[in-house]
Amino acid sequence: MRFFDYYRSKKVTSAKSAKERLQIIIAHERIQNSGHDYLPILQKELLDVIRKYIPVDEEAVKIDLDREGVCEILEINVTLPQNEESAKAKTRSVRLFGRKGPAPFEV
Amino acid sequence: MARIVVVTSGKGGAGKTTTSAAIATGLAMRGHKTVVIDFDVGLRNLDLVMGCERRVVYDFVNVINGEATLRQALIQDKRIKTLAILPASQTRDKEALTPEGVGKIIEELRKDFDYVVCDSPAGIEHGAMMAMYHADDAIVVTNPEVSSVRDSDRMLGLLSSKSRRAEQDELPVSCHLLLSRYDALRVQRGEMLSLQDVQDILAIPLLGVIPESPAVLHASNSGTPVIYDEKSEAGLAYGDAVARFLGEERPHRFLEPRRQGFFAWLFRKMR
Repeated sequence: MRFFDYYRSKKVTSAKSAKERLQIIIAHERIQNSGHDYLPILQKELLDVIRKYIPVDEEAVKIDLDREGVCEILEINVTLPQNEESAKAKTRSVRLFGRKGPAPFEV
Repeated sequence: MARIVVVTSGKGGAGKTTTSAAIATGLAMRGHKTVVIDFDVGLRNLDLVMGCERRVVYDFVNVINGEATLRQALIQDKRIKTLAILPASQTRDKEALTPEGVGKIIEELRKDFDYVVCDSPAGIEHGAMMAMYHADDAIVVTNPEVSSVRDSDRMLGLLSSKSRRAEQDELPVSCHLLLSRYDALRVQRGEMLSLQDVQDILAIPLLGVIPESPAVLHASNSGTPVIYDEKSEAGLAYGDAVARFLGEERPHRFLEPRRQGFFAWLFRKMR
C-alpha cells in the first residue's frame, strides 16, 4: 500500500491548485472590496512610518483581510531585514484586530 | 416576526432557484407559514420550478406599482397550505424594484408569515442587492468550483457591508453555506474542491451539502421541488438542510462516494 501512497502523493491534483489559486485571489479581493476604502492608504502610510526608522522595501508590508465566522481579521505582516549583511529577512506577523459583529476583539 | 432568508450565490446556475423552492417547501412542510419571492425580474423561473407557472396573474412589480394587492399576487401552493409564491415580473426591467416598494412588501409579509424566502437573481446588480438587503439569514449556494467560490466570497462581503443589518449597525446577517452539485467521487480523485477546501476559504457555517443528482432535473422538469423526492440523495440532503436551518443537529450525508462494485469499477476503467 505504501508504494501506492507514494505514487499518489507526488501528483499535484487540479483541486489542489484550484484551492491555492482561490486563496490568493480571494485574500487580495477581500481587501479591495472590503468596503474599508482606507486599507490601501493604511498600507501605504504604514510603509511610510516604518521606512522612517527602518529601511524596508515596497513589498515589506502586507495586509490581509480574513474572515472567521462573524469576525473580520485584519492581519498585517511586516518583513524586517535582519541586518545589513545577511540577506535573510525576518517576518513578524501581527494580528491587529477583528471586527464586525458581537464577537469580542482579538488583539 | 418573520425571518427574511435570502438564497444567493453571485454566480448563475449554482442552484439558487432549486434551493429556494426546496427550502421554502421544506419549511412549509414543517408547518411554518412561508412565502417565497422571485427577485429575478425579467427572467422569472421560480414559478416553473414550483409548478405554478400557469397560475400567475399579478406579480411582484404589479404590487409595487399599486396595480394589484399583495393578496391578489400571492399564489397559494397546491400541495401545501402554508406555502405561497410571489412571482417576478417577466416583462419589466430590474429597476422596477424600488427600495421603498420592496421594503414595504417585505414589511407586510413579515406580519403574515414565519419565513420569507427571497430567491436572488445572479450577479451583484440591482435585483440581487434588493433581494439581500432585508435579509436576516443568507443561504449562500456554492458549487465546488473556482468561479462559484470566488463569487460567493464576494457576495459574503456585500452581505456584511451593504445589507440593511450592516447599514443600521444591527447584528450581522447570519450566513450559511450550502454546497451544491457535489460529486464525492471526483473529490476523492482530486478533481474537485472538497467540502473542507471550500469551508477553509469561505469560513462560514455549513448548512448542507447537496450531491450532484439527476433528481434535480427530473424535479424541475415536472415542477415539483426536489425535496419531495425522498428517494433521491438531493431530496434527502435538502430535507437535512431544512432541519439544520431550524436548529436540529443532523449528520452530513453523501460526503463519501458510494461503494462501487467490481464491474462498475471495471467499466469505468475501460471507458
